[in-house]
Formats: sequence, structure tokens, C-alpha cells
Amino acid sequence: MLILTCPNCGITAEETEFHAGGEAHLTRFGPGASDDDFEQYLFMRDNPKGVHFERWRHVYGCGKWFHAARDTMTLEIFGTYTAQTSTVPQNIIDKITDRRPDWQPPETA
Amino acid sequence: MKKYSAFAIAREALRHHTGWTRAWRDAQPKKRYDVIIIGAGGHGLATAYYLGKNFGITNVAILEKGWLGGGNTGRNTTIIRSNYLQDPSAAIYEKARSLYETMSQDLNYNVMFSPRGVIMLAQTHHEARGYQRTAHANALQGVKTEFIGPEKVKELVPIININGPRYPVLGGLWQARGGTARHDAVAWGYARACSDMGMDVIQKCEVTGIRSQGGKVVGVSTNRGDIDCDKLGMVVAGHSGHLADMAGFRLPIESVSLQALVSEPIKPCMDVVVMANTVHGYMSQSDKGEMVIGGGTDGYNNYTQRGSFHHIEETVRALIETFPMVSRLKMLRQWGGIVDVTGDRSPILSKTPVEGVFINCGWGTGGFKAIPGSGWAMAELMAKGRSPLTDAFGLNRFQEGRFIDESVAAGVAH
Repeated sequence: MLILTCPNCGITAEETEFHAGGEAHLTRFGPGASDDDFEQYLFMRDNPKGVHFERWRHVYGCGKWFHAARDTMTLEIFGTYTAQTSTVPQNIIDKITDRRPDWQPPETA
Repeated sequence: MKKYSAFAIAREALRHHTGWTRAWRDAQPKKRYDVIIIGAGGHGLATAYYLGKNFGITNVAILEKGWLGGGNTGRNTTIIRSNYLQDPSAAIYEKARSLYETMSQDLNYNVMFSPRGVIMLAQTHHEARGYQRTAHANALQGVKTEFIGPEKVKELVPIININGPRYPVLGGLWQARGGTARHDAVAWGYARACSDMGMDVIQKCEVTGIRSQGGKVVGVSTNRGDIDCDKLGMVVAGHSGHLADMAGFRLPIESVSLQALVSEPIKPCMDVVVMANTVHGYMSQSDKGEMVIGGGTDGYNNYTQRGSFHHIEETVRALIETFPMVSRLKMLRQWGGIVDVTGDRSPILSKTPVEGVFINCGWGTGGFKAIPGSGWAMAELMAKGRSPLTDAFGLNRFQEGRFIDESVAAGVAH
């Protein structure tokens, strides 16, 4: 079971109060985009073994979306942060590198 | 290889079972192979087996980072069926189901295939219409299925409650030649046959890198040294994305945990497999008497081979209305496997951007039933460059929007 803190309303709860929304920080492509860009956005995923940035929604709470940084090998949650950003905040990157000194932030983050 | 037979058992009984030999050689890696298959689970071993049997390619290594059949092959709920809606799915799953029929004889290894029949319950009107449609599609595809009414369901499954208050049983899609098999035996039987053809099944050999020159694969790096090859098959289910990353391409796959559980063993009470996709649970009784129960996946990416407890609770809770006896069962153990789920919930059997590298993945929550058909098709793809069974399952379908949309057709539980 995961325990997450919603950065929107500040409540910490176990995962049944939330809903997972898949990989975060995807660049969205729409009409006029190339087939390749559209495929990358719609289907291709990093699916890393290790640090993963992902979207969550506080469905049984404030109802708002947020982002989380989590390790898919250990289920450790490094931190949660606002969904109103296209980059990972420095304090989250610091928390991750504190726990995973060898980790390199991905180019998309 | 010594043939297994009733005569062999009698012979060994008379000499205190001193004459049995290892089922497969504990091989050491050579410098070079014609073909390397990564992943000694059911699909990988089946691919190697049919490369040898159908195409005479036997200079093959099957590399396994853990132990043979220790991934999802040993973690599934062993259900075999082929009642899919879409033609490409029905073709490959029915090929697999038909190969299961004769697998014990082909491999000279008892895989305990039990064609006990599979029912997929219709518990909403929408689902009933959907399964009637599937039954019609199956008739055109040559897959023998039938839509049956609630009385027939009750007759086949006496322990079922067809008058549940929320989700009464309105009927079911019945495939009489579906069933179960002993999952470990499938891996062991293929491994024994592969080893007998001279192939090397190498356990505790983890691939750490994929080497290519000029866009063409030349070999792999492993924790036991570099191994060269002409062709490489990646058949690693949940870890496909990780391997694709090593080879330098991305996949339309997310890896999530799928859990299953078994109850204490009880007397025989249900001799068919029942899937209830609306409430999201499925159940069969093993030969040991345990009720084998599966449910849905967790929602988040995960490589830990364990899932969240509430999914287990939801699965059992969902089954109690339809099977009231479940409420009085003790559950013995629970486990998880990492399944590779694609955007359209259908598998990928494909060439890749790296020449000589082929991938077989994306079976998601329903790979066990497909093992022999998947191996048969993958071997043809690797040997000849294309297979009629894999044409529709290429990686390019995601770019072309040519999906094989079984997430709608089959509901959720594959």
C-alpha cells in the first residue's frame, strides 16, 4: 500500500483515496502533429525500473490532480508536487538524489 | 533424453529410482549462438522449441536472469481459453489452445492440460450482448464457443448464486475446450525438449546490455560475459521496457502488478473455470483442491512482484455475491507478478528498430494461455521474417492506429 500526501489539500492518506494517472510530464500533441509525435504522446512510455514521475488524482478528497516521484523497484515515494508545472521542482530532485546518488534526472523532467 | 513412460516408471520402481537423469542440462554460455532468446519463461522457451522443431535452428541459447519459469509463468492462474472477439487474437489464442491439446504428447512431458471448460459470466445486459457478439464472431473464426443461459450456468457450476441482488447471472460465454494446465510443467517440458535438441538453457544469466553495430545486433552483455548472436529475441514480459531501453528504443508498455491468491484446499466443488468480468474476479479449483483466484491489476507502475492489499480484498469481495461459499474460505497465500500492459491490451510480436532484434511482449494479464501459439508464431517471425499469426501484432500498429482492441472485447480480465 502506498501512502501519499496531496499537495493541494495537504492530506496524507493511503492509496485507496487516490487514483493513479500514469506517467507525468508528457508533451501533448494534437491536430497537425506528426504521426511519430502523436504516437509518442499517446502510447510510448518510459516505464522505468526506478525513479518514476507520475500523475495522481485525489479522487476521494479534494478531487485535484498532482504529481508524485516514486521508485517502482521499492515503492518508496520521494515526494509529491503540484501538477501545474512541466518540470520537476528542484526540491524533489534534491530528495531523489539524496536517496539515489547515482540517479540522473531524465531530459524530459 | 530418456523417454518418460509407464514402462520407465515400472523399470525405475524395480531399481529404486536410480536411473532418472536431469530433465535439462545446466548449460554454460558459449561465445556465440545463431539465436539468443532472453527470458526462459513459457513464451521464451516455446519460441526456442519451435525454432528447433519447425525450422531446424538449434544453435540457440535461452538466457534467464533468475530461475526457469520463475516469473509470470509460475505466477499465473493457468487459465487457457481462446474466446476473443478480434480475428488476429482468436487466431493466435486458438492456435495456442489447440497446441495445448497435444502438448503432453509432443513434449513427452505431462503438462496436465485439463480441458474442463471456461465460462465467462454475463452479469449485465451490456455484457450479455457483448458475449453473444463474441460467440457469433467465434463461430466465424472456427473457435467453438456458445452463449448459454443462467440455468445451464447453474448446472455447470452448482455452487454459483445466479440470483445475486446486484449482479444476477444472465448467462455466460462457454468454451468447453478451454481449461487449465500445470504452469510449471509447461516451462519444464519445453526446457527439457529444448535441451534435448542441443539448446542451452542458461539460468542466473542476466542481460546487462545489448550490443549492436551499424543498427544491427551483434550480441548481448551479461553478468557471465559477452555472448554473440545473429538474432535476438526479447521475451521478458514485465521487464520488456527495461531491455528495450538497453537496445535504444521505447515501447508502448507500462508494467504493473497483477495479484492472485489461493484458498485452503477443499473437496472438489467446481470443475470448470469461471470468470466474472463485471465484478472483476475469476476462480478455478486446482487439483490440490485450492480455489485459485485472480483479480485486477494495480493502477500504478510497479516492478516489485507484489501489489496493494486492497485489490485482493476487492477481488474476494466481488466473488462473494456470486459464490457465497467463498465467504467461509480461509485464504492461504497471495502473490504478484509484473505484467506488461499495452495501449490496446493486445500483445506485441514484432521486429524492432534494431535489425535482428525481435520482441514478444505485451501479453499483459493473459499470457499463459498463449504460450505455445506465441512461441510458434514468434519462431516463424524470427526464422522467416514474418508470420501470418504476428502480422497484426506489429509495433507499427500504434503509429498507424490499427489497434486490436481487446480491452473492450474481453472486458478487463484476460
